[in-house]
Amino acid sequence: MAYQAVAEERVGVRPRRAVGRYAAPALFLLPATVLILLFFVLPVLTTLVLSLTDISTVTFRQPKWVGVQNYRELLGDPFIGKIFLNTGRYVVLTLLFNVGIGLALALLSTSIPARFGNQIRALWLLPRILPPVAYVLIWHGLTREAPFGLVSNVLGVSRNWITAEPWSVIILANGLVGASFGMLIFTSAIRSIPQDLFYAAAVDGATTTQTVRRVVLPMLRWPILFVTAYQTLSLLTSFEYILLLTQGGPGFYTTTVWALHAYQLALSNYFGNVQFALGAAMAAVLVVIGIAVSVLYLRVFNFKALVAEPKVEVN
Amino acid sequence: MPLLPPRWRLVLAVLLLVSIPIAAGVVWMGLTGIFDRVHGLVPVRPPSLDNWRFIWEGVGGRPPVHVPLLNSFVFAVVVAVIEVFVASMAAYAISRMSFPGRRFYLGLVLVLHAFPAVSLIIAIFYILRVMGLFDTLTGVILVKASLGLPLGIWLMKGFFDNLSWEMEMAALVDGMSRWTLFWKIAMPLVRPGLLALGTFSLLSAWGEFILPFTLIVSSNKALMSSYLQSFLTEAFTDFGIVAAVGLFYTLPVVALYLLGQRYLLNIYGGGVKG
Repeated sequence: MAYQAVAEERVGVRPRRAVGRYAAPALFLLPATVLILLFFVLPVLTTLVLSLTDISTVTFRQPKWVGVQNYRELLGDPFIGKIFLNTGRYVVLTLLFNVGIGLALALLSTSIPARFGNQIRALWLLPRILPPVAYVLIWHGLTREAPFGLVSNVLGVSRNWITAEPWSVIILANGLVGASFGMLIFTSAIRSIPQDLFYAAAVDGATTTQTVRRVVLPMLRWPILFVTAYQTLSLLTSFEYILLLTQGGPGFYTTTVWALHAYQLALSNYFGNVQFALGAAMAAVLVVIGIAVSVLYLRVFNFKALVAEPKVEVN
Repeated sequence: MPLLPPRWRLVLAVLLLVSIPIAAGVVWMGLTGIFDRVHGLVPVRPPSLDNWRFIWEGVGGRPPVHVPLLNSFVFAVVVAVIEVFVASMAAYAISRMSFPGRRFYLGLVLVLHAFPAVSLIIAIFYILRVMGLFDTLTGVILVKASLGLPLGIWLMKGFFDNLSWEMEMAALVDGMSRWTLFWKIAMPLVRPGLLALGTFSLLSAWGEFILPFTLIVSSNKALMSSYLQSFLTEAFTDFGIVAAVGLFYTLPVVALYLLGQRYLLNIYGGGVKG
């Protein structure tokens, strides 16, 4: 690198001591590193450590080691099977909605004139932009009994639909937010397909359906895999909308998922004695899955290409 | 797809039809906040200022609205400022400098970006308690800003990677320090990135619910999200005031979205929430 030689010559940096050499990157990285250590790395370790203690409201100051006692207790919990199934149901159904609707929106909104397509996509981005509490407030309002709730009025059946159909509401409420993620990624993938392919397909007399099946969908394989992988992990650990919509109810654990149960065990005030360690053990399961899966993603989605060396190195 | 299907108007009609629920929801909040009573989407009583009384008086033992409003404002602005500057500095180092462990650092950032940070909430609660930052705005600001860093670093690295190196080279040759160069030359050149990340962080912090709900207990330190949630859990008879508070809380978001829309699209494509 000729530039580098010139720069080092003029600036007079030649063989410097390691301290001086790495002072600049160290300074630039310092604030981010401190924050990441404090609020990512430390919490990961804390979750694992707390899950091996008996920490609770009573023993908050002086927790004792109990080994894998909490994990054993979890396995023996009569409701754990239900919570496990709920989690699977929540993740799979919401994922199907997200990817399916996201794909349909991307395909349809790119096949109409761009000025309409953009507005449709902007509208679908709205649920994601709205503050979650305001978004859930709207759901509460729309699903009330007649004559107030729009859903009851349209269907002609007066119900509180959140209590009557909690799963449908949870999946739709999450899905309307989640679909926009796939929609945006698929849209930009569709736009980056070379135009020639479409012309070639048209010249060969392909119908719209054939073009979508034979040209567009094969090109969307990676984006679909990416969206599915990314959303699986974030759905597995998300509980915000469920907490705001049903708090895991109605009744016993009807809509309680793993992440919500962990949160409620450790931090909710509804049951007097907060079982902090038990919640930490449940969270630890999610944290371990989260780390394993994110590292896996990094390998699958071509890590080497992402971390190419800096274009020019001067140090 | 550049080739319009022959019946694109039909496609548009289908799209509009499936988008009705979203539009209906927004319209519902507007109408219910304004009118005294709304059935479905039909106002049955005249507009009522009573829905908006939370602005000039504390409702049901809550502090007046300017308290959570100011807290949320400080929270969102400080989080956005920290995220933009801390992420840019780290991103610049990763994009432009060579140091041992660079690959590992970038790998860590990417893993953390995919890692669902909300699963750490229990440990974070404990750490803030130990640090004495529980139930303080400072604590929840630091947490929110930190959890947003992986996305910010990754985004800003992309912007720095795309800058031409020649100009920076010339400045280095002229004897400018890396620090001055970063502030005077590199940062102004990535303005679109700073605006995108800034707008995104503002919106994300303004809407944040779980963190302040969990890490703040005093009502005089609460943010707007917890303030609105307290209405939501309570009276299910008077939706007028709940919708009015919701509207009041949401209007700045809509304004910011309209202003920052063109910067935002590439970030939401990069994905944060599920």
